[in-house]
Amino acid sequence: MTVADEAARHGLHRVGGRPPLGPYLVDVWRRRDFIYSLAKFRIEAENGRNRLGMAWVVLKPLMNAGVYGLVFGVLLQTRREIDSFVPFLIIGVMMFEFFSSCFTAGAKSITSNTALVQSLSFPRIALPLALVMQKLLQFGPMAVIMIVAALVGGHRPNIQWLLLVPLIALFAMFNVGLSLVTARLTVHVRDLTQLLPFLARFFFYTSGIFFSVEVRFADTPTLTRIADFQPIHEFLALGRAILLDGPQYDMPVEYWWYATAWSIGLAIVGTLFFWSAEERYGRTD
Amino acid sequence: MAAPTDRKPVVIVDDVHVEYKVFATGKRPTAADSGRRLGQRQRQTRTVHALKGVSFTAYENDSIGIIGSNGSGKSTLMRAIVGLTPVSRGAIYASSRPSLLGVGAALIKDLSGERNVVLGGLALGLTMEEIEARYDEIVDFSGLRKFIELPMRTYSSGMTARLKFAIATARTHDILIVDEALAVGDQKFRNRSESRIREIRDNAGTVFLVSHSMRSIRDTCNRVVWIEKGDLVMDGEADEVIAAYEESQQR
Repeated sequence: MTVADEAARHGLHRVGGRPPLGPYLVDVWRRRDFIYSLAKFRIEAENGRNRLGMAWVVLKPLMNAGVYGLVFGVLLQTRREIDSFVPFLIIGVMMFEFFSSCFTAGAKSITSNTALVQSLSFPRIALPLALVMQKLLQFGPMAVIMIVAALVGGHRPNIQWLLLVPLIALFAMFNVGLSLVTARLTVHVRDLTQLLPFLARFFFYTSGIFFSVEVRFADTPTLTRIADFQPIHEFLALGRAILLDGPQYDMPVEYWWYATAWSIGLAIVGTLFFWSAEERYGRTD
Repeated sequence: MAAPTDRKPVVIVDDVHVEYKVFATGKRPTAADSGRRLGQRQRQTRTVHALKGVSFTAYENDSIGIIGSNGSGKSTLMRAIVGLTPVSRGAIYASSRPSLLGVGAALIKDLSGERNVVLGGLALGLTMEEIEARYDEIVDFSGLRKFIELPMRTYSSGMTARLKFAIATARTHDILIVDEALAVGDQKFRNRSESRIREIRDNAGTVFLVSHSMRSIRDTCNRVVWIEKGDLVMDGEADEVIAAYEESQQR
């Protein structure tokens, strides 16, 4: 009788290896309190030692928006081509901040928690999920600022504003998928952490944060067509269409379909991609 | 194998090999190195054979001490049993997923002890309700009731270690691996933690204890496995193996 038979006879299972997808996801659901608490406590710890605490979550992107508004809006005059430039810019910067922080910090969610991965057993997907949850909780106050900016800019609240909720849900799902992909890739190739900030910057300058893709490239249909399928641009355009009135902000209905496809697709791909290397995380080679 | 066969095996370690490939720069830096171009490949891979075919079987209610000198492969073996280090050859079978006693990596030192009890408990797989039910027990065991509201960074290393041990043992483990954890805290806390380990063992659990302290191994273990340079040297009664080990150390 081999050792494996002997083990099976006593009901022993082989240690290590990756659980099937179904039980894995059930396990993740069981760990939801852990994921949420990790996100909440990390925010608390991050802000605990600053005098202004949680206020920095909002102040930082607002100051960013101030700088971009001054440089691009005022000095380079992009505000001329945009109705209500200030809320346009603030919505763009806040929403982009949610994306880029998930994108770059999500990439490090496994590699910067090696000690945790090596000492405790839990589905590793909990770490990138906690990271996106943390960024989502921090996005809460930013969303409030977006709404305030729209109100101050003279846009009247209407029932359509409720669409922000499904939009943020889709955006969060998109970010989950993306950070799952980058988290695993970074485990294989550490150098990515150097590269990703540049990719994020590339998206920042091309997604129409401080200029309007539609206005600026109205004569180049190829570019606007590409922008139609660029997910970040879709999310920003939808966010602005929800909160702002005016002919520039008509709801691009087809974007809802594109953005939904991106979010669901990327979430599924990301989950499968991350899960299929589950046993690989935390290894030292 | 020395153990009687009518007892139920809980962990079977079958001819386990662990090899690491590491990048090593092997050589000492010399003046010639400074002239080397940055892009030039200077890393070589080296294979470290950390375990070279270790086999043994752990039974119910066993408490097994793992001894050996530094770098002998004790921790590698424990991490392989938990499933954190993949085996290159051989296999490890277990009745339930073994857990390492240790929760330190999950804690956040800028948060209060109270928050960390919750976070650590969740990281170990307890539910919110279970943590609430055991909260007082954990805090009392750590003896930090007066400091539990303070951020963990203000604790001394002994206090931190006590809190970690208290959280880590709050969960019932079927197969528990303790790596040097008993060497923490003052004498009073050491006695308390050793009796907690015995309690776990008596509750039908199986305990592995990695330690350099022969005293704590003798006090808690009925069986000892001695590993040296990745090979299993001896496996048997605690007193017998410890005596042989200590003799080899004096040479």
